[in-house]
Amino acid sequence: MTMLTRRKFIIGSAATAAPLFGRAFAAAAAPKIVVIGGGFGGASLARYLRRHDPRLSITLIERDARYTTCPGSNGVLGGLYPLSQISFTYAQVKASGVDVINEEALRIEPAAKTVALASGQTVKFDYLVVSPGIDFMWSSIQGYSEQAAEIMPHAWKAGPQTSLLRRQLESMRDGGLVVIGVPAMPYRCPPGPYERASLIAYYLMAHKPKSKIIILDASDSFIKQDLFMEAWNRLYPGKIEWVPGSKSGKVMSVDTSTLTVSTGFDDYKAAVANIIPAQRAGGIAVRAGLDQGTGYCEIDPVTFESRVHKRIYVLGDATIAGEMPKSGFSANAQAKTCGRAILADIGGKVASPAKLLNICYSTADPNYAFSIVDAFALKDGTLRLTFDDNRTTPLGASDDEHRREAQSARSWYANITAEMFG
Amino acid sequence: MTWASVSARDLSGEGLADACTSCHGLGGRSQGYIPPIAGVGKTTLLRQLKAFRSQSVQATIMNRIARAYTDSELEALADYFSAAPRL
Repeated sequence: MTMLTRRKFIIGSAATAAPLFGRAFAAAAAPKIVVIGGGFGGASLARYLRRHDPRLSITLIERDARYTTCPGSNGVLGGLYPLSQISFTYAQVKASGVDVINEEALRIEPAAKTVALASGQTVKFDYLVVSPGIDFMWSSIQGYSEQAAEIMPHAWKAGPQTSLLRRQLESMRDGGLVVIGVPAMPYRCPPGPYERASLIAYYLMAHKPKSKIIILDASDSFIKQDLFMEAWNRLYPGKIEWVPGSKSGKVMSVDTSTLTVSTGFDDYKAAVANIIPAQRAGGIAVRAGLDQGTGYCEIDPVTFESRVHKRIYVLGDATIAGEMPKSGFSANAQAKTCGRAILADIGGKVASPAKLLNICYSTADPNYAFSIVDAFALKDGTLRLTFDDNRTTPLGASDDEHRREAQSARSWYANITAEMFG
Repeated sequence: MTWASVSARDLSGEGLADACTSCHGLGGRSQGYIPPIAGVGKTTLLRQLKAFRSQSVQATIMNRIARAYTDSELEALADYFSAAPRL
């Protein structure tokens, strides 16, 4: 295949009358693909399309100049490495030939096929991919708000909130209680709160040995629960207490003036309170009605096209993607599947169903990790697990197995972030 | 070459391989602990994948993953990565 640069292609296409595109597009213009959100879904999609066809026009709209990954952010809280190690610029994305607009996308006009930006500018698209992540439902907890999160951080979008929670842990007196409030499902990164408890415990063991962690949970069970419990017993005995929903674990209200977290049954006086509120699809998807009023967006399980608008696609945490969890790995896998579907559509072809994976490592200390492996395929019109058994690291695995999983987790992070930002 | 013929090329091995690169790196050129698989001989790759699936060789997580794939899918993957440049 001849790899034309975009500039050469545009000049070339103006000079020749031969139609270069499939049935959907006239001879002259390269299809214009606009991506909203530069995270695991959006950045992966933009890079995927750029790698597969240098002639496409690809624009990535992302509010922030830097992206800090949620995967790896619990390691910052545990003091394993600084935040800078999990932050990326869009320099390489730009260098690859993607137009990056560092602005907030305010509104989608599906009929006009435009996206309105905060500056007042509009961006035209032939294909739109919406990958906005999550927004918080502040009112899900009485007394909690965006302002309250400056005192009781959620740290569920990595960046300044991660740094704030880390500073609070560092300045906490020895003996202070750390409270982690976990919302009801569905939320971003289901094992995240428990990995967070593990790595905060790692920090406390060395620096605040009298301190403890209490997890106040809206749910009665969690993913990889037995593996987390095994790790806590081995590494942090007596350090982490988990209160399930059925034992009044659900956080109902908070008082930032006294750092009190209330479940309706008990009040907990925290030294550090990490309150994770309920979530829904990012605001731009909701404002465009892509969630049909449900909070998350239904998609076609083969193409990730929205169920609401043709040629508008949704990726990642903002979707309901059958049995796929809301994870960076899922969003990256969905991006590649969606990218293939868009390439097929441009060529006038029908995309065929893909097999998607989600592999999630949880780190309990720098040398102790475990994983869950999910494979998904199209079944009964949705994405279902292809096998349900033996998905996790076995209980009772050796220290060496946990060490190799921790090494794999670091290697996975390097590879997936290179695919997006390298 | 027309746009349609670019997009219509056979993506089966490559399409399946997209799932692998999240861990094994772009084109199978992994950094760090996870093994690079670009340019490994097809026979070696296929034998290894089938050994994972039959649980006759133990790995960290590949024993669990390989169960998701049929014989012909494993062969397409082995084809794709054996032909991928190591750089």
